[in-house]
Amino acid sequence: MASVSIPTERRGGLLRRPDATTGVWSWLTTVDHKRIGILYGITAFLFFIVGGTEALLIRLQLAQPDQTILNPSVYNEIFTMHGITMVFLVVMPLSAAFFNYLLPLMIGARDVAFPRLNAFSYWAFLFAGTFIYSSWFLGGAPNGGWFGYAPNSVVDPTRGMTFYAIGLLIAGIASTVSAVNLAVTIINMRAPGMTLFRMPVFVWMGLVVQLLLAFSLPIITIGLVELLFDRLFSTHFFDPAAGGDPVLWQHLFWLFGHPEVYILILPAFGIISEVLPVFARKPLFGYQFVVFSGIAIGFIGFGVWAHHMFAVGLGPVANTAFAVSTIIIAIPTGVKIFNWLGTLWKGDIWFTTAMLFSIGVISMFVIGGLSGVMHAVVPSDYQQTDTYFIVAHFHYVLFGGAILGLFAGMYYWWPKVFGRFLNERWGKIHFWTTLIGFNLAFGPMHILGLQGMPRRIQSYPESLGLTFWNLVSTIGAFTIAVGTLVFLVIAIASFRKPKQMVADPWDARTLEWLTTSPPPVHNFDEIPVVHSLDELWHRKYAETEGGRVVPVAAGGSGQEAHGDGHGDSHAIHLPSPSYYPLVAALGLPVLGYGLIFGLPFVVAGLVILLVGLYGWVLEPSVE
Amino acid sequence: MRRRTILVLGLGALAVVAAACAPNATQSALEPKGPYAQESYDLFVPVFWVATAIFFIVQGILLFFVIRYRHRKKRTTMPPQVHGNTKLEIAWTILPAIILAGVAVPTVATIWDLAAEPEGDVLQVTVLAHQWWWEFDYPEQGIITANELHIPTDRPVYLTMCAVGLGYEQQIAPSTCQEHPAAVGDSVIHSFWVPELAGTQDVIPSRTTYLTIQADEPGTYEGQCKEFCGLSHAYMKFTVVAHDPSDFDAWVAGQQAPAVAPPAGDAGAGAIVFYSTCTGCHAIAGLEDPDGNPLIANGGPSLTHFESRQCFAGCMLANTDENLRRWLENPPAVKAGSWMPDYDLSEQELDQMVAFLNTLE
Repeated sequence: MASVSIPTERRGGLLRRPDATTGVWSWLTTVDHKRIGILYGITAFLFFIVGGTEALLIRLQLAQPDQTILNPSVYNEIFTMHGITMVFLVVMPLSAAFFNYLLPLMIGARDVAFPRLNAFSYWAFLFAGTFIYSSWFLGGAPNGGWFGYAPNSVVDPTRGMTFYAIGLLIAGIASTVSAVNLAVTIINMRAPGMTLFRMPVFVWMGLVVQLLLAFSLPIITIGLVELLFDRLFSTHFFDPAAGGDPVLWQHLFWLFGHPEVYILILPAFGIISEVLPVFARKPLFGYQFVVFSGIAIGFIGFGVWAHHMFAVGLGPVANTAFAVSTIIIAIPTGVKIFNWLGTLWKGDIWFTTAMLFSIGVISMFVIGGLSGVMHAVVPSDYQQTDTYFIVAHFHYVLFGGAILGLFAGMYYWWPKVFGRFLNERWGKIHFWTTLIGFNLAFGPMHILGLQGMPRRIQSYPESLGLTFWNLVSTIGAFTIAVGTLVFLVIAIASFRKPKQMVADPWDARTLEWLTTSPPPVHNFDEIPVVHSLDELWHRKYAETEGGRVVPVAAGGSGQEAHGDGHGDSHAIHLPSPSYYPLVAALGLPVLGYGLIFGLPFVVAGLVILLVGLYGWVLEPSVE
Repeated sequence: MRRRTILVLGLGALAVVAAACAPNATQSALEPKGPYAQESYDLFVPVFWVATAIFFIVQGILLFFVIRYRHRKKRTTMPPQVHGNTKLEIAWTILPAIILAGVAVPTVATIWDLAAEPEGDVLQVTVLAHQWWWEFDYPEQGIITANELHIPTDRPVYLTMCAVGLGYEQQIAPSTCQEHPAAVGDSVIHSFWVPELAGTQDVIPSRTTYLTIQADEPGTYEGQCKEFCGLSHAYMKFTVVAHDPSDFDAWVAGQQAPAVAPPAGDAGAGAIVFYSTCTGCHAIAGLEDPDGNPLIANGGPSLTHFESRQCFAGCMLANTDENLRRWLENPPAVKAGSWMPDYDLSEQELDQMVAFLNTLE
């Protein structure tokens, strides 16, 4: 932040505004969307390793029949934490990392609309994660499944599900704040000329995801508050003995939970919609179809929740309605697949690692999508529900779709974010190891489910005849772990080489490649004026009347002329760093502990929160 | 390199086919043994093949494009910048919609089929889901049993199901699952699944749910709770035993017969241990308490004709003397969370209890 205005005088407020531009304090007080994006990414990846380790423990326990590596109590905690971690602490924040870093760059903005709120979102997410994980040391981790079905989640005597409810409420605050922030950013802060239909597909998917979050999180919030009250204050929302309704929880959970699935997968769809055109060397086939099908998925996603509940006994009318809506949502999803295929058609395909991962998403997601349609066939789902067939299905969607897509994004944008490349040769080894391991781990689960293996069982007897495929699945899980290890090594190794700082290494199409790699703190020396979709491409190339593509004279990255890209940026106003997002967010978990451990923590949490908010509001401006 | 993908995928598809024929899975939805499971299966199979066809078409197109349009070293020109093709895109919106409509019609028809209550000669059974074992009550026959559901072949069995907790007590006659709020305290959701005979039906506190099952042939069919229900969810199993109708009648008659008072010796001593330790929760039809009143089950399974059962403790254990002894020694050590406490019985008392339970044929 060397070139940014630094506060010189104090005008009220609790503390001077922080001004560190390097070192720990600069990261703790940062409000720069790029740094926050990196923090999200690192944190989520650490949780990915933790959640992956939990998965390996599950697979170890199930590798053979009647094993006792994990007793039922620990097993239930492990599978619950695996689900919570992967959904709320890995895929969501990893997507948030990409959104945070890239959305402002892609729309030609200098930062998000509310930079301090952005920092607050990150810290609240971090504290939510550490709060939930602290339960291991404070009386037992959540053990009622990530879906937390009442009344089992209410009557359980350990503290686990209380940590679950409070932790997810804090994570929900983080996500809600971030959703509003990013939606406002996309709607209000686009560069001149960037109309909605000149936005990259990734930005569109970002907008849809933020709106899904904003409308679905309040529903789970209600459910979690009711669960918490049932557990702590003996209310009876889900208590059947007192007239409460256990099925109410399922409606609330899945009315959030199904949009949540699209919250997890649409970012990956957005990423590969950027990567495929760049490396197929032609524009996305049917941009508007892809955008509209993304919006359609977002809308219909709110109308399919009870397909998680076909076996509840809601009656044939409800089951028919949700079967039909679920079948309908397959249509826009299929459209996307075909449009991606159309993008490859007659292209000039460069097999970078990012491209391999993107093609992997198409291939693997098709499997998850097709098994999804099979679940819409209700009588068939009566057999498949709550079996490993479902586990297979959603891992093909969330690993084969979301995680592979996020890896594609990492290989693609790593040079932009860090000015360095991830090793392509080893990247390809990472890809193939992961792909093969993934299919070995989750492919056999289709068979296991159909052959009668229910979900969430701590062991199974040899007599069920499920041993062979369980062993294969475990081998696959460890193969994925090897692949992830490869990635970890090349990620670290990338920092051992000097920066190459190539602004536009992939000959890409969108605005983030216009600026330097890594971008200056103010993103663009000059806010670009946008004339078309794929703005950067059109600055570099033109089409002759015959459809031949020719380079434009003096094309290329606009900022290369400025040397290191840091032109006269002294006049650019940027938000100053602040202590208060961190302080305010810290109040939330302390308040959370207060709900479990009593008044002193409540008081301390309130004090911290109020100091944070008070300081935030009265923070001196810098000019 | 894409060839390797297709190899893996091809192997995966082969594996599914191979698995469909695998003979060793004993709880498989792929081997329906009755008309209700068959109905689900008959819908599953065509949808599976449609999905498989689409899978190969899409993967084939993907593979073809990836190979055909791969970058060649000599190439210097950029491909034509095709932005889309509206007709094509409308086509691939409508075509899947038509295929999906074809899937939707039989789906909806079967939903209504399976939801209908069976008519004619139907056996009524009440299923009570406890944490973590199953109780099967036959209101018309006056039978209460546990973890083992006996049914006649070729006759629909209409299951009326409810979940009960420790609050469910004082049971002397078979339940009909009438809604009784006091019985659902501490109860959680379970799910009844015997894949060879029918699809799943959740069993939910405060609600009554229904399921029809039917077996074509005599035999045993494995079942299991499918909804996560706490510590011993994995050990909440049951067995459905289908008999020829005449054998079924004989089974009913056997179960209706009162228990025989135990003879002297170990078994008689075991009966004394039973009276002093077990009658707080368990009952045996035909035995009376010292005041001459019938025993009342209070949370635990009825032990009437216990020795006739193949398994116990939520069918976690086969009904052998060895298992029985291990169980009585310390139930929670065998089955996590078991509500049956460790009564610290002596070696001698254990032998006597096993001997006594062996007489309950």
